[in-house]
Amino acid sequence: MILARRQLLTAVPAGLMLTGCDALTRNSTAKAVVESGEQATYRWQRLAGRDGLAREFSAADISPNFKVNGTHEPTNPEWQRLAAGKFTDWRLKVTGLVQRELSLSLPQLRALPQRTQITRHDCVEGWSAIGQWTGPQLAHILKASGLRDGARYIVFLCADDYGGEPAKGGLQSKSRYYESIDLVDAVHPQTILAHSLNGQPLSTGNGAPVRLRVERQLGYKQAKYLMQIVVADSLAPFGGGKGGYWPDRGYEWFAGT
Amino acid sequence: MSSIAPSAPLAPPAPRPRIVLRHHWLVRLTHWLNALAIITLLMTGLNIFGAHPRLYWGNAGSVDQRERVWLEIGASPPWRQPSGWLDVNGTRIPTTGLLGVSKTPSGGTNVVAFPHWATLPAMRDLATARTWHFFAAWALILNGLAWLLYGLLSGRLWREILPSARQLAPGHLWHDIVEHARLRFPKGEAALSYEVLQRLAYAGVTLVLIPTVILTGLAMSPGMDAAWPWLDQLWGGRQSARSVHFLAMAGIAGFLILHLVLVILSGPIRQIGAMITGRMTVGGDK
Repeated sequence: MILARRQLLTAVPAGLMLTGCDALTRNSTAKAVVESGEQATYRWQRLAGRDGLAREFSAADISPNFKVNGTHEPTNPEWQRLAAGKFTDWRLKVTGLVQRELSLSLPQLRALPQRTQITRHDCVEGWSAIGQWTGPQLAHILKASGLRDGARYIVFLCADDYGGEPAKGGLQSKSRYYESIDLVDAVHPQTILAHSLNGQPLSTGNGAPVRLRVERQLGYKQAKYLMQIVVADSLAPFGGGKGGYWPDRGYEWFAGT
Repeated sequence: MSSIAPSAPLAPPAPRPRIVLRHHWLVRLTHWLNALAIITLLMTGLNIFGAHPRLYWGNAGSVDQRERVWLEIGASPPWRQPSGWLDVNGTRIPTTGLLGVSKTPSGGTNVVAFPHWATLPAMRDLATARTWHFFAAWALILNGLAWLLYGLLSGRLWREILPSARQLAPGHLWHDIVEHARLRFPKGEAALSYEVLQRLAYAGVTLVLIPTVILTGLAMSPGMDAAWPWLDQLWGGRQSARSVHFLAMAGIAGFLILHLVLVILSGPIRQIGAMITGRMTVGGDK
């Protein structure tokens, strides 16, 4: 008894400090409380700068090597077939709560008014790279498709099955990459569907043929290998229901921080 | 005063012990919330750092753009028995067991920047560490604003935290340094007001280091940089802000250790008791 109590006396403070804290991070109530921070950040950033523009850099600031992260090359046969044909058969479908469904080819995307911006890409891991992106504004495409009542989110479905990265820790499993944004970011002038990086068509590693640029959020929101855009009233039907590959694995859906 | 005073009634009466309210309830509440927030921020921050254990100057930097990297924690083969190191501006210091390579709780090899006992969660988990970090950051900001508002409105900021001109005189400053070096701490009535080194430390942490970690933390946010374009430029770019964030963190961690050591050396029960109950006994034996 005495021994047990002595063990308890030494074990309890150490346990509270180390394993106790770890256990707390897995407690569902504690989780719900700390996750409220994301809502606070989302509301605060919309309040502080709803229309703010991400800083645009000069050509001299462009990173010599724009780091490739996440998928380096999608393995799925459909994307492989499209890539082999230089994406002439690739079509970006726009569906969901739209007035007109669209199916856009690369030349059609290039024929729309283009925006070129030199911006900083901020990875959730901590690194940054600066690149020059060119493509049509998402707002233009959504104007062409029209939105129906109830539209709240724009969901981006990608071609890559991603297997996660040990460096990011946490729950990892292989599944189709996707992402989503709200309508404020969807119609933001710097939100574009980029087909070029630094004046060259997107490389395989950087998301060929087209990737999303949503400049006020972190790197994992910049979905690569776009195949389809769905306008939705809820994120529940997609993937794990949290609005993105990484949000389904514990990362914030609103990645403004 | 002589100990062979002829008659007791003539000796000055020993001051009677009295209990004084040392810390206002708001100061005590914000102190402990701050302690909780800062420890959470430190430990989750060290976990987040592990996702990219390199620091750069300027706007950009990555494993493919290393020209302005100035600090890196890493590990080298053989992978059966890797060695950990800290590299500062090209000078490599072996740190196996602490930085780069350490042990998992079960004794295995852990290739990670900071050891499990220093991070929250203990093992690599960027998602969870970030969620807790930002929650604690909100707590730090709101709690800090409450403390600052109280300090400004009550005048406590000037009376208790900022050193007075008299205290900053070189002679006085030197005297306090000597007293600290001899581990002689203010007793009795003198303990009711902070001395100059203590004031400099508290002012440095609350008015310089904590605002710096908050502003550099915000400067790492692409959303906040778009909302307030001066934010990352203030530090010379996002990667510089990340470096300053780390350095300010190290300053706060250093203060925390010094603070705990001095509390222990200067009478932990009395000091911690006063910060919990607000009351301190003055006079008598104390």
